[in-house]
Amino acid sequence: MRFDLEKLRFGTELVKRGFAKMQKGGVIMDVTNAEQAVIAEEAGAVAVMALHKVPADIRASGGVARMADPKKIEEIMDAVTIPVMAKCRIGHIAEARALEALGVDMIDESEVLTPADTFFHIYKKNFVVPFVCGARSLGEAVRRIWEGAAMIRTKGEAGTGNVVEAVKHMRLINQAIYTLKKIPDEKIYEVAVKYASRYAELSRLVKEEMGVVLENEIVYENFTLAEIVEGINEILLEIRDLGRLPVVNFAAGGIATPADAALMMQLGADGVFVGSGIFKSSNPEKFARAIVEAVEHYDQPEVVAEVSKELGEAMKGLEVSKLAEGELLQTRGA
Amino acid sequence: MKVAVVGVQGDVEEHIVATEKSMKNLGIQGEVLAVREPGIIPECDAIIIPGGESTTISKLISRDSIAEEIIESAREGKRIMGTCAGLIVLAKEGDEQVERTKTKLLGLLDVKVKRNAFGRQRESFQTKLQMKYVGEIDGVFIRAPLIESVGKEVEILAKFEDRIVAVKQGKILGLAFHPELSSTKVHEYFLSL
Repeated sequence: MRFDLEKLRFGTELVKRGFAKMQKGGVIMDVTNAEQAVIAEEAGAVAVMALHKVPADIRASGGVARMADPKKIEEIMDAVTIPVMAKCRIGHIAEARALEALGVDMIDESEVLTPADTFFHIYKKNFVVPFVCGARSLGEAVRRIWEGAAMIRTKGEAGTGNVVEAVKHMRLINQAIYTLKKIPDEKIYEVAVKYASRYAELSRLVKEEMGVVLENEIVYENFTLAEIVEGINEILLEIRDLGRLPVVNFAAGGIATPADAALMMQLGADGVFVGSGIFKSSNPEKFARAIVEAVEHYDQPEVVAEVSKELGEAMKGLEVSKLAEGELLQTRGA
Repeated sequence: MKVAVVGVQGDVEEHIVATEKSMKNLGIQGEVLAVREPGIIPECDAIIIPGGESTTISKLISRDSIAEEIIESAREGKRIMGTCAGLIVLAKEGDEQVERTKTKLLGLLDVKVKRNAFGRQRESFQTKLQMKYVGEIDGVFIRAPLIESVGKEVEILAKFEDRIVAVKQGKILGLAFHPELSSTKVHEYFLSL
């Protein structure tokens, strides 16, 4: 179909954030092939995340985790009618462009893959395709939103089947939003300065190495630090006024059962990503359907109880406190 | 006036906010409810089916028997509006995607819809539209469907490049785009039907 492109505006903030809003109240499921994608769609998933391996297997196999094989992603796109998302490495602009060219509906710039850039995330406003990014704190969430993320999700600790970190990150963000509502504008500006300082890390290192200080230095993309502070301050004021993030906020990273999903919804999540939880369980069809119903009826305990009956074995799971610092995925990209 | 927004999945909150603002603008007293269980819709005067994933919404309203309550409401002549996924769910006839996913349609609007008619998310867009009875609005099309054909009872309210994107049949409105994301104009028209 060809239309008069003059009158059409693609990839606007409204269109990108709007896409994420359509996912609300839904479950987005990790799938590794067309067959799993169809199971997810039939169970009522609102979208699928096309992966090479689920996070539990990425964790187990070690090595560098990269974007999935595009052929695999295409097979999944052809198999279902719901949106298909895919992951790129943090800061890996070329993987993100490749995924955009492939036509995926949303890109997850994800800590589950090995980061490609230790300084910066992708400047997502340059893209037509919307992005989702993980966050452990309000600072991380606000930086990602300023960069153009249309959706935020908790990082949790992917591939563990343990919800504890997702709960922690959701609580940290909720408490920070509550705090924002209690402080005056000047204090909020101080928070903006603190949150923005992360963007000056590269320039700090170079200054230290060269002993040279520049005036009005561009620190990231085409922005000076002062411009970034202004942008972040605006987002903080918006969050204060709304009492929530200005984009959709999902839960992710360790959600393994219908009750886990309901818990995250009760904590204020707009929806849920389920990674390894479904296809690492003994009965994926039943599990997938149960999680969809638990998210819909998160505030009705009798429904959560009903759908949790005889689900079979959930994924085994890992105790996060027993993981070594180097094994944590959530500390990637701040 | 009591307005139900079918709340099983999708941009429910956006419709609630747009409807509440419209009521205020029109000076209508009442309340707007997100409905995720049976028993509430029969007490409401108007029903909105939001945007979201039509496969998911259709499954959940059929499992919960909310679907029957909407059909009954249409029979009673209540006003009903569906946007994007909501339009698909209201339609009488779908396309190959609707069939392949075994999506149950309510069959309340005599139209044939085509899902994801413009393509994937990168082909999503916003544009100015002229809508009959409403005027100029900002149409936000997100993986949007199109209305391929309409029955005799259906009035066409808006077209985009010769393709039908908004219709009315009695007191039922179907829109391929998302008025809830841009303004309250369509909601005000809907409430005054």
